[in-house]
Amino acid sequence: MQALDPHLDTLPKLLLHNATARGSRTGMRHKDFGIWQAWTWQQMLDEIRAFSIGLAELGLKRGDKFTIIGSNRPRLYWAMCAGQALGAVPVPVYADAVADEMAYVLAHAEVTLGVVEDQEQVDKVIAVSDRVPLLQQVIYDEPRGLRDYDHSRLMAFADVQEIGRKKLASDPACLAQWEASIAAGKGSDLSVILYTSGTTGRSKGVMLTFANTIVSARNANAFDRLDENEEIIAYLPLAWVGDYIFSYVQAYAAGYCVNCPETAETVLQDRREVGTTYAFAPPRVYENLLTLTMVRMADAGALKRKMFDYFLKLADRWGEKILDGQKVPLGARVMYALGDFFVYGPLKNQFGLTRIRIGYTAGEAIGPEIFRFYRGIGLNLKQLYGQTEASVYITAQPDGEIHADTVGKASPDVEIKISEQGEVMFRSPGVFSGYYKDPERTAEVLTPDGWVHTGDAGFIDPKSGQLRIIDRAKDVGHLKDGTVFAPKYIENKLKFYPNIREAVAIGGGRDFGCVMINIDLTAVGSWAERNNVVYASYQELAGNARVYDMIARHIDEVNRSLSEEEVMAGAQIRRFLILHKELDADDGELTRTLKLRRGHINERYAPLIDALYNGATEAQIATEVTFEDGHKGVIAARVTIRDMKPYPVRQTKMERAA
Amino acid sequence: MRAPTAAEAKRGEVLLAVEDVSLTFGGVRALTNVSFDIRKGEIRAIIGPNGAGKTSMLNVVNGFYQPQSGRITFKGQERKSMRPYAAAQGGIARTFQNLALFRGMTTLDNILAGRALKMHRGFFWQLLRYGPALREEVEHRRRVEEIIDFLEIAAIRKIPVGRLPYGLQKRVELGRALAMEPDLLLLDEPMAGMNLEEKEDMSRFIIDVNQQYGTTVALIEHDIGVVMDLSDRVVVLEYGRKIADATPDEVKRDKNVIRAYLGEPHGVSV
Repeated sequence: MQALDPHLDTLPKLLLHNATARGSRTGMRHKDFGIWQAWTWQQMLDEIRAFSIGLAELGLKRGDKFTIIGSNRPRLYWAMCAGQALGAVPVPVYADAVADEMAYVLAHAEVTLGVVEDQEQVDKVIAVSDRVPLLQQVIYDEPRGLRDYDHSRLMAFADVQEIGRKKLASDPACLAQWEASIAAGKGSDLSVILYTSGTTGRSKGVMLTFANTIVSARNANAFDRLDENEEIIAYLPLAWVGDYIFSYVQAYAAGYCVNCPETAETVLQDRREVGTTYAFAPPRVYENLLTLTMVRMADAGALKRKMFDYFLKLADRWGEKILDGQKVPLGARVMYALGDFFVYGPLKNQFGLTRIRIGYTAGEAIGPEIFRFYRGIGLNLKQLYGQTEASVYITAQPDGEIHADTVGKASPDVEIKISEQGEVMFRSPGVFSGYYKDPERTAEVLTPDGWVHTGDAGFIDPKSGQLRIIDRAKDVGHLKDGTVFAPKYIENKLKFYPNIREAVAIGGGRDFGCVMINIDLTAVGSWAERNNVVYASYQELAGNARVYDMIARHIDEVNRSLSEEEVMAGAQIRRFLILHKELDADDGELTRTLKLRRGHINERYAPLIDALYNGATEAQIATEVTFEDGHKGVIAARVTIRDMKPYPVRQTKMERAA
Repeated sequence: MRAPTAAEAKRGEVLLAVEDVSLTFGGVRALTNVSFDIRKGEIRAIIGPNGAGKTSMLNVVNGFYQPQSGRITFKGQERKSMRPYAAAQGGIARTFQNLALFRGMTTLDNILAGRALKMHRGFFWQLLRYGPALREEVEHRRRVEEIIDFLEIAAIRKIPVGRLPYGLQKRVELGRALAMEPDLLLLDEPMAGMNLEEKEDMSRFIIDVNQQYGTTVALIEHDIGVVMDLSDRVVVLEYGRKIADATPDEVKRDKNVIRAYLGEPHGVSV
């Protein structure tokens, strides 16, 4: 493990360093009023310093916690650094968190000050403020609509900076004091608390030190040779460790430029304009891009469709080999170059991925077809496996050693091992110092000698030597006859079909496996349009018999592929249904990072699950839903259940030998 | 949260006064002796059942129709007849019940079109796109971008409006009206055909326009809930006559209004 230079062991110190070493290079951009506004590192230092001193004047001091709520905007990133310069600890919160979650996190973290994006977030914070007794002051970035609010505890970002600038001008000692407070920071100081949206129970506040995050970021930069010339776009939630490390710590460590999109809806366009060189996204982002393309291609002319299909086949055959620098015949290379001109190039341009050197997918398993598609058209897409508790990086795939079904080798300075129960464990300089105010749950996860239980079941793939993740360890169950049942494994196979957005596999402790499906409204909607299927709502489309037929075909294919796998053959799907509503984080069915919360789903949909196992062909269900504005309603429906015919289980080698 | 309360508005000076206006089309009396005023900085609603003459009223204010009798005073100047473009130059902008956008043009170009009256350089200067003309264009674009930001339509900046859903088209039309930097903004059923969420968005934009730019707003709307929430004062028309003119609370309790809407005089509240 490399030791950190004590002059560069905190983020504010890195800021000072960047402002001197590369002061005139662009450190951040934000598209505003249709134009990319840019800040050099020197200008960023000015902005952050003014805000930081303003915060100090408002009473923020070492050890205080302050929250950041909003979308990816420069001022919110600056606010993190400004607070850290004073020794205060940022606690970013998911911008779409509902009031209850927000109240819990803010109160638990003992937040005294908030820096939020706009009126919407100010309203939310005000609404929960009586449950957050320590909260003294809220600062907002976007003043619109807030003019007539009571400003006794509310202030605009620019006004705080104004306080800072006045103080700087009037008090000659102020600058030295501020720099001394940065110098007083150490690598071992607590730098951030990131609340993980746990799949069970209340969220836990993961405490990370400066050293945790900076060592991890430096290692990652070295691993992929990232330097100050990279351009990235910051569009993932600020409260997610991935964005924190990727858009903040790695950027400060390497000195590269972070671009903030105009709005969440313009990311695709903004990415194209910036020409990002390094990308980091959950599989869903890649899936959505591909689904969108396929839907549009289905509407294209016959010639274009033929060309598209032909060159995609070619890409599937040769693309990855060319990318990995393997031997490829000249003819194929020429055809691939043609394909690049006609199809792959324009596609990548549309996706805004033309200049990408390295793209990572993480957070969930990605479909092998999707993975192969992007690699085929020449995008260096790789997988990594990480956790908040590890400051992201646990394993990553080195260039040229890419497999769709593994997540890579241990990242630099990381040790991994598989426990006797089959759980993946790791130890690294990025290991968190504990859950905030929760020694009990810390002890469950962090062993005294520094190993962390990931909670994931996995094994080292003997062929590639890389880690393979099967499922959450606690989710892996057994059917009554003892067959291993790994729900996520089955769900992922199903989710690779563009028509299926979400799937819930049930089978642990039961006689056989069943699934509940969410259809993808974009893909199935487009199919409905082409096939004259009329529908008025998600619910109506989901209940359509022809949609059931289509999903049944997908499940049949999954069953066949399961039947070919020794371990999973017994876990084939016998019955399924299509849910009458989309699973939603607002209803507590998904986490904020869109992972299933199984316990809650099992409770909510108990009548449906019972019907799956008692042989009924229909079931009645009424579920409470929460609308975006917070009010509640009930959706009731009759849901059809279909039977599937399983494939005969192939004889395993052992049985044949017997 | 609402900008000027009714009491504040009363203190505001009269921006536009309509006195004794009558309008007939052949034998049909669209408006009969209607009088009301709009004060600076308020949100004024005109409501009434179908065919009450609301849009006709707006068209009279806008200069599109010439009333047979009565007087209209705008910014202290009485006017007899006025062309719509003169009204526009005078600072009156409007949106339409049925959208009137350039469907093949992008959102950006549509809103930029609203700046046409503010362009000072002539056609040939614009062709040259050099020196003062270029500076002027940059300035106009800046104002348009502010409006795009204000209405949160950045994502559709470069999309032809014909491809946009109805609710967004309505928003673009509001953007074009705002681009004129009007003193008086006339909105003809800004929420017609919208779902609840779109209505809430549009209400917020109208309040924000009124607060932030201080624009006086006169709107026609069918959704009574929206009208009552938004407006400072309400005029109620029925069969071309004014039957009430008061604050939303008073109008809600007005017997004539209840009768006009529900046809029943007892024990019903709107």
